[in-house]
Amino acid sequence: MRIAVQSAPFDAAAEIAGFGSGTNAGALVTFTGLVRDDSGRMQALELEHYPGMTERAIAKIAEEAMARWSLADCLVIHRFGRLTVGEPIMMVATAARHRAAAFEAAEFLMDYLKSRAPFWKKEIGPDGTSWVAAKASDEDALTRW
Amino acid sequence: MIDVVYFAWVRERIGLPRERVETRAATVRDLVTELSAREERYAAAFADISALRVALDQELSEFDAPLAGVREVAFFPPMTGG
Repeated sequence: MRIAVQSAPFDAAAEIAGFGSGTNAGALVTFTGLVRDDSGRMQALELEHYPGMTERAIAKIAEEAMARWSLADCLVIHRFGRLTVGEPIMMVATAARHRAAAFEAAEFLMDYLKSRAPFWKKEIGPDGTSWVAAKASDEDALTRW
Repeated sequence: MIDVVYFAWVRERIGLPRERVETRAATVRDLVTELSAREERYAAAFADISALRVALDQELSEFDAPLAGVREVAFFPPMTGG
């Protein structure tokens, strides 16, 4: 299991090299989230986080996924700081014996990272900045787990 | 003494990221009442606590939680990770 909270960009392909090898895993799922511009006017996205709590919260979520889906391995990378549209913002990878577990665990990780990892997104546009509001649907997504 | 930290628009509204607070508040809710009575910027930030989340010593908690033994209280809006 590896957790990285960083401002630096990452290379998803490089991160996945060797991931899950030697574990007898039969399935490997990766998800990469990119900075999306919904308004068509976004210049950058600024991510604030809570150093210390961020790493602890993600480790707790990842440990739960490891145990619940008997994962062979799990990787979470989440960036903070100023990002531009199209840049990778985060990624998760899961390795498991079978694909159902790998897919489900990756979805679980994504759902929990959205509303339980202490990050706050702020959109920077030509007319100023605005904090991204949490969606009720993100909170509702947790009930399926 | 307790460390109080603020994030996102809570930090912007109050105007500082962190402060040490002398308090005898028994619960988070009591601390919010004390802070809100200080100045308008605190009252504005804490006007609707249903729009806020709280963490005690970096663990997500509740506004009714006791503060005994807690070293760091954090106030922030609902998280938007992922």
